[in-house]
Amino acid sequence: MSDIIIWTVASLTVLGLLLAVILYYVAQKFKVEENPKIGEVDSVLPQANCGGCGFAGCHAFAESCVKQGSLEGHFCTVGGNAVMKLVAEKMGVEAVEQAPQVAVVRCQGSPDKRKKTNDYGGASSCKVKASLYTGDTGCKYGCLGEGDCVDACNFDAIHMNPQTGLPEVTEENCTACGACVKACPLDIIELRNKGPKGRRVYVACKNEDKGGVARKACSIACIGCGLCEKACKFGAITIVNNLAYVDFNKCKLCRQCVVVCPTGAMTAVNFPTPLPKKKETKKAPKASEITKPVVPPINDAAKTEAAKPIAVKSNIATDNSAKVQAKKELKTEKKVEE
Amino acid sequence: MKTFNIGGAHPNDNKISKDAAIEDFPIVKKAYIPMAQHIGAPAKPIVAVGDYVKVGQKIAEAGGFISANIHSSVSGKVLAIKPVADLAGRPVNTIIVNVEGDEWLDSIDRSPEINSNITLSGKEIIDKVKECGVVGMGGASFPTNVKLSPPPGNKAEFLLINCAECEPYLTSDYRLMLEQPEQIFVGAAVIMKALNVDVCKIGVEENKPDAIAKLQSFESKYTGIKVVPLKKKYPQGGEKQLIQAMTGRYVGSGKLPISVGAVVQNCATAIAVYEAVQKNKPLFEGVITVTGDCLPVQKNLKLRVGTPMNEIMDYIGGVPEEAVKLISGGPMMGKAIANLNAPTVKASSAILALTADQTLRKEESNCIRCGKCIDACPMGLEPYLLIRYTKRNNLEELENNDVFDCIECGCCLYTCPANIPLLDYIRVGKADVMGVIRGRAAAKRAAAQNKPENNKKEK
Repeated sequence: MSDIIIWTVASLTVLGLLLAVILYYVAQKFKVEENPKIGEVDSVLPQANCGGCGFAGCHAFAESCVKQGSLEGHFCTVGGNAVMKLVAEKMGVEAVEQAPQVAVVRCQGSPDKRKKTNDYGGASSCKVKASLYTGDTGCKYGCLGEGDCVDACNFDAIHMNPQTGLPEVTEENCTACGACVKACPLDIIELRNKGPKGRRVYVACKNEDKGGVARKACSIACIGCGLCEKACKFGAITIVNNLAYVDFNKCKLCRQCVVVCPTGAMTAVNFPTPLPKKKETKKAPKASEITKPVVPPINDAAKTEAAKPIAVKSNIATDNSAKVQAKKELKTEKKVEE
Repeated sequence: MKTFNIGGAHPNDNKISKDAAIEDFPIVKKAYIPMAQHIGAPAKPIVAVGDYVKVGQKIAEAGGFISANIHSSVSGKVLAIKPVADLAGRPVNTIIVNVEGDEWLDSIDRSPEINSNITLSGKEIIDKVKECGVVGMGGASFPTNVKLSPPPGNKAEFLLINCAECEPYLTSDYRLMLEQPEQIFVGAAVIMKALNVDVCKIGVEENKPDAIAKLQSFESKYTGIKVVPLKKKYPQGGEKQLIQAMTGRYVGSGKLPISVGAVVQNCATAIAVYEAVQKNKPLFEGVITVTGDCLPVQKNLKLRVGTPMNEIMDYIGGVPEEAVKLISGGPMMGKAIANLNAPTVKASSAILALTADQTLRKEESNCIRCGKCIDACPMGLEPYLLIRYTKRNNLEELENNDVFDCIECGCCLYTCPANIPLLDYIRVGKADVMGVIRGRAAAKRAAAQNKPENNKKEK
């Protein structure tokens, strides 16, 4: 009896050793040589494999970083600047800071603002709905409300609000990977800079119809009236195809555009208190105080005019920057010629 | 009796409007004539705002090889040329004519006599068909002149006239068969001359015995044209299905009917060709069925292109409250009307009103892999697989599984016991793959264009 046990143990031990030797040999012989840096970089990445960086997954991102030797064109939106700092340390290069971004839904057409013109009974998919017709409201640019963006999100950051029928982004969870942006067939979701303390101003509308048509379809639509463009002192707002757009790099969050917007399409989020309309006149004297030596304010008319010099100043500033840019371009051109 | 042998469904045919004789619809006050009434490039307007146009006058020119001329269906002044929403709500460039009287072009022969003496040659016929803007009236609106000129290397052997009208509810073709049978025969004879073939078969489904009898009475007068009764099965009117049913030949995947020597024309198209060639009358009116169990009256109306659909509904006494869904076309392949102000087009075949019970989709559940959709597919595809690939956005596999063969007949969706909207997804998948194929073709063209330039540089 004991013989059998001894033989079994002995034979299994020998077999195990033999296989171990073979495995070790094979592992050495067919070893895949990989830059150890790739593993190091990979280890600090969040391993979400969301594809938000534009690569197939975290490992592919790490591989590309190491191969290129720099971090240019590489940014992990999930990890943000903190992770990119770690990656830069591992790589031994300087980190490229990027402003954190967040997904923003550019439609506010809840049923009370955007009347339904028909009922949809097909497959519950925005993509299918968009392929069939222009949606169940008068606005053909607005949210279709079937939730393709919700299905696309890997981070539980976007949900349909049953009351408004529109998707809402949970900012804490949003990693700006862009999956929802790709999923939306109407391009309603946009990645925008999160802004200081999460404060940001944007046009929550995509309607490119003429004012009357847009307003008839939805009471909160952008009608392309241009008031915000005039109110903005920083040239951050442009109107293309009857639709205003706020450039988040130029926006200084003064919210003058929100004050003048007649429909409410211009949206400001995460600001402490809603901006009362009076502030517009309050701000004007402030501006005039700064420019007192130039234009002494005598009456109300002058007060409103007082805003102009500032606008001119900012123009000059932009002109200067344009000149600097032009110079830079010249330099680079010269370099190219050399 | 003959029929096709792969797949198919047997929906109740509900031809409740079949006894309503074709009625002339009164001319509307404003006609909205869209520039995109056919497959292919939209037509380009050749009239300006303020111009006076007559009935039958060409107002827009074909915008490419696959495109068609458009003629005014009314007489009056052009009010505007601007985008107007079509039935899906999408803007289409439209010529709006303010109707004044009913003045026809003098060249149009309006006499009721049938002119069966074909004087034009084959090429002249094709040019005439092109000039008159005739498109396929079966639904796809493919320009007829393109179909009548087979690509080099192919020779048409026979002509099939599609009088199957397999869609439930539709009766416009049936009424045409009863009221204008001889026009169909002359039209067929004209097309035969253009194609230089001497065999023509007219396929009619068995549920229209009086139409079959009526058409058969003309067989002796027109040699070479035979009427073939077909077993009732949907989608018999599909081009490839009809060819298989009537001749036993299979059109291969991705091939055109001409590859087996067949040319298929709808019966309304045959009449349009007859009118264009023999009567010099461009295509600007057609017969549409206005039907539905909830409507007080069932009608077959002959109306001008560009008639707003809401005026048609007003004519028959308004849209009843229980009608929750209006469909342009039949219940299987038709499109829901999201915008009732949209005008009719050349190939409009019906307005169908459905009640809530008839149109409500049951709740979708999971696929139980019963394979009913595969049995039902008349093209031999696997719909359940196609929608899985569509949902995963796997365009490569979609293409490998011949998503392009899908004729969008809706048999899969009709038979699915889990109420999965199969066709809805397949249509999206098809469009996506189409985008990829177009991109590939464009890249090829760009490469071909770049090549000679590179060669020149090298020289």
